[in-house]
Amino acid sequence: MYSAAKIHGFLHLYIGEEAVAVGVLQALTPDDAIVATYREHGQALARGVPAASLMAEMFGKANGSSRGRGGSMHIFDLARRFYGGYAIVGGGLPVAVGLALADRLSGREGRLTACFFGDGAVAEGEFHESLNLAALWELPVLFLCENNLYAMGTPIRQELAQPDISLRAESYGIPAEPVDGMDVIAVEEAARRAAIQVRRTGAPLFLELRTYRFRAHSMADPDLYRTKDEIGDWRQRDPIALLEARLREAKLIADDDVSALESDVAAELDHAVGVAEAGPFEPVEDLTKDVYGRSAQ
Amino acid sequence: MSVQLAGGSSRRVRLTYREAVRAGMRHALSADDRVFLMGEDVGSYGGAFAVSLGLLDEFGPERIRNTPLSESAFVGAGIGAALGGMRPIVEVMTINFSLLALDQIVNNAATLRYMSGGQLEVPLVVRMATGGGRQLAAQHAHSLEVWYAHVPGIKALAPATVEDARGMLLAALDDPDPVFIFEHATLYPLEGEVDEEPRPVDICRASVRREGGDVTLVTYGGSLAACLAAADDLADEGIEAEVVDLRTLRPLDMDTVLVSLGKTHHAAIVDEGWKTGSLAGEVSAQIMERGFDLLDWPVQRVCSAEVPIPYAKHLEDAALPSRERVAATVREMLV
Amino acid sequence: MPTLGADMSVGILSSWLKKPGDTVQRGDIIAVVHTDKADVEVETFASGVIERMLVEPGSEVPVGTPLAVIRESGEAEPTAASEQEARLMISPSARELAHELGVDPAEVRGSGPGGRIQRKDVEAAAAARDPARPPPSAPRPAVAPQAPAAAPSADDRGAAMRRAIGAAMSRSKREIPHFYLGHTIDLSRAMSWLTESNVHRSVSERLLHGVLLLKAVALALRVVPELNATWQGDEVVRHDDVNIGVAIALRGGGLVAPAIRHTDELSLDELMHAFRDLVTRARRYSLRSSEISAPTITVTSLGERTVDTVFGVIFPPQVAIVGFGAVVERLWVSDGQVLPCPVVSVSLSADHRVTDGHRASAFLVALDRLLQEPEEL
Repeated sequence: MYSAAKIHGFLHLYIGEEAVAVGVLQALTPDDAIVATYREHGQALARGVPAASLMAEMFGKANGSSRGRGGSMHIFDLARRFYGGYAIVGGGLPVAVGLALADRLSGREGRLTACFFGDGAVAEGEFHESLNLAALWELPVLFLCENNLYAMGTPIRQELAQPDISLRAESYGIPAEPVDGMDVIAVEEAARRAAIQVRRTGAPLFLELRTYRFRAHSMADPDLYRTKDEIGDWRQRDPIALLEARLREAKLIADDDVSALESDVAAELDHAVGVAEAGPFEPVEDLTKDVYGRSAQ
Repeated sequence: MSVQLAGGSSRRVRLTYREAVRAGMRHALSADDRVFLMGEDVGSYGGAFAVSLGLLDEFGPERIRNTPLSESAFVGAGIGAALGGMRPIVEVMTINFSLLALDQIVNNAATLRYMSGGQLEVPLVVRMATGGGRQLAAQHAHSLEVWYAHVPGIKALAPATVEDARGMLLAALDDPDPVFIFEHATLYPLEGEVDEEPRPVDICRASVRREGGDVTLVTYGGSLAACLAAADDLADEGIEAEVVDLRTLRPLDMDTVLVSLGKTHHAAIVDEGWKTGSLAGEVSAQIMERGFDLLDWPVQRVCSAEVPIPYAKHLEDAALPSRERVAATVREMLV
Repeated sequence: MPTLGADMSVGILSSWLKKPGDTVQRGDIIAVVHTDKADVEVETFASGVIERMLVEPGSEVPVGTPLAVIRESGEAEPTAASEQEARLMISPSARELAHELGVDPAEVRGSGPGGRIQRKDVEAAAAARDPARPPPSAPRPAVAPQAPAAAPSADDRGAAMRRAIGAAMSRSKREIPHFYLGHTIDLSRAMSWLTESNVHRSVSERLLHGVLLLKAVALALRVVPELNATWQGDEVVRHDDVNIGVAIALRGGGLVAPAIRHTDELSLDELMHAFRDLVTRARRYSLRSSEISAPTITVTSLGERTVDTVFGVIFPPQVAIVGFGAVVERLWVSDGQVLPCPVVSVSLSADHRVTDGHRASAFLVALDRLLQEPEEL
């Protein structure tokens, strides 16, 4: 759709990292809050934000999840406690800390705030401030670092003097665990364990999900900083393919099921595109609506 | 604090500006469980400007939260807490340090409602001290209110009186939008009389603090005192200045300014920010756009000199707007 | 303004005897100036073509003030370009005020930087002019010592206005051969109709007897239209519109006579409303210049002062003025009986160059007849 110019601006694909979103979201309840990044389609879909709503948002239509106001990088769905969608790397972490703080102050025990961010964020000041604050105040944040080894075009070894991300989290007193981010079962298992602990203790935890994106950073990225070999190697561990293989091996699914799934997905996507195409554009007259909740009289 | 009975049912009290802010916070904390305070040294230290003195003892450490030196994190946490249903008061020690939190303020607080298509609401209040005049040198003397007033999605208030110091905070806590309150540091010891019962004040209108027919002085915050003093000096020379306290920097109440200009036909804006790109420039442009035909003289601006604010007293005094400079500017306009 | 006596410091320009475009030779008389003592003719020391007048008739100006610009032979005619170069420096507010007061900005001396004209300059120019114009807005108090001249006080302005009125009245008397007719009108029918009619009106809408008189004057002018005319240059121009100038006394001793447009076409209620509005605005000094320059005839009334009769002085360039005295109870012979009746004395002062007693009396007769049928007004 992007190449057909239906979608504009920046678009960051999640392809290759699906296991992270899907696995983690299995461990969350509807009462939990989610803060993600500009690469949030996977989390949004896994959370149940309708594909049509997402597609319409990317088409800039008024029936999009943010009425076309945000686009691909700013998916919000209040009813599903999906709090975005942040374009500033690291920008969502303090917000996540605050959401957890609200739960703590209002006595809403057993809830957590899941905060997704990439390896790039680990170098930002806001990462450090947020981990420190969450640990200091013992807030129920589940920090989820999607380490896909590259911060936009910069490999992690050129980015972090101390490339062991889990170690960094532990320096704030937050227990951290690396997880195979290409194996959805492993992710789900780790996430469930972590979520149970966060809910019980009310204190933060950190998971470093080691994953890889098969596509470039964004549609604007020519991906010159990675070798085809490297990408090829990782594609051997395509999470969807891995899961499919496991399920087939366990005789839980067969060819028919796979084709049925694939056509369901295709249908859902077609539907989504249809809804997006048909959706209206917000009238220009409404340009200044919702800047404020209450304007001066 | 002294208590006097006025005629009628409302008792009046005499408070300092800082006591007024504290009284506002105390009232809000008592009345609404969703309200809490966080910032550097707001707890046992009592606040860098002693504003929150005593609140920790009264409300406990859950609601009076000392933060580490992490402006971005605790302002952002304020945003998150507001999203989560609380009514946080975030105290950033000074506007100088707020620069560290500008990402959270401009990229998150200001945008979330709009960017989410109206779904999210950020009822956050951030208070910060601002301004120069205490020989604290360039990194502690900024008046950058105009940067905040520039951004759609946030509201910016500048209480210049004791009543506004208390009442604006209460109004801000009632507001569904992120509100930034700029307290000029020299005002904290200012004394004034208010009703004993705290109540919110209007945060949409400017206020005429002194009436006069010869020139309109438009100002806000810490510069109000200089304008009133200059007005007294000018009155001795037969020039009657009308002093308009903007009170709210975003949204600006230009109607009050224009009504005044209709009487005086002369306007000077007194603003402690640097003249280039100043809030005074915004007010001047709006006067030009909406009140061109009222003008008998070009709009003048009295602002800080284009220098990082110096430490030495005589230099700092020369850099900041003063009653002498205000009066001299007015005299030139009425020649 | 020439000095015409050792003790002369100011003079009033009474009238121009030449106009822009006229060619003059050195020694030609081009204006008449009025001083305390006498009217004096003023000659030009330059030869050439008069480009423009700088001072209006009736204005009092200090000795030495330039009165006109004469383009001496040999100088180039001002082209559009050079006129544009001499752009008028005037503040927006002053320009607005000039328009309001009917002052031509080009004829105002600016005291601001670069000669910029400011409100006070426009106010000063307006004050120094003839009377059918309102005085300027409230003055500012005296400024700091560096100021070149202190702003005039309210007293000064009142005095200036009286002087200007005086100048115009003198001129009127000098130039216009006035004659006078008087008449007494029985207002019994009119007053009882008025009382009746006001019963149905709220206090704020009550008609004053003055509007009956105004309406009657307006309608009577249709009968004798040459009285509804003004001098324009050497000609008398009759007007189709009847715009009656109503003389309004101002506090501080001034007098203005702004017009109610189309007086003959308004209903009594509309007339009452318009009259009230004019009085309010006149006293607030916010009349429009169009109102000041529009009257085709003036009505003056000293009714409140309980004087029987007033013989007015015509306001140039009008050709007549109607004066009413107070409505008084007098013994009147009606239907062979002697009764106390409300009567009013009306006078007509008219320009004998334009009309005569015969025609003028027809006006008063018509006026009387109209006031006997108040319900038709």
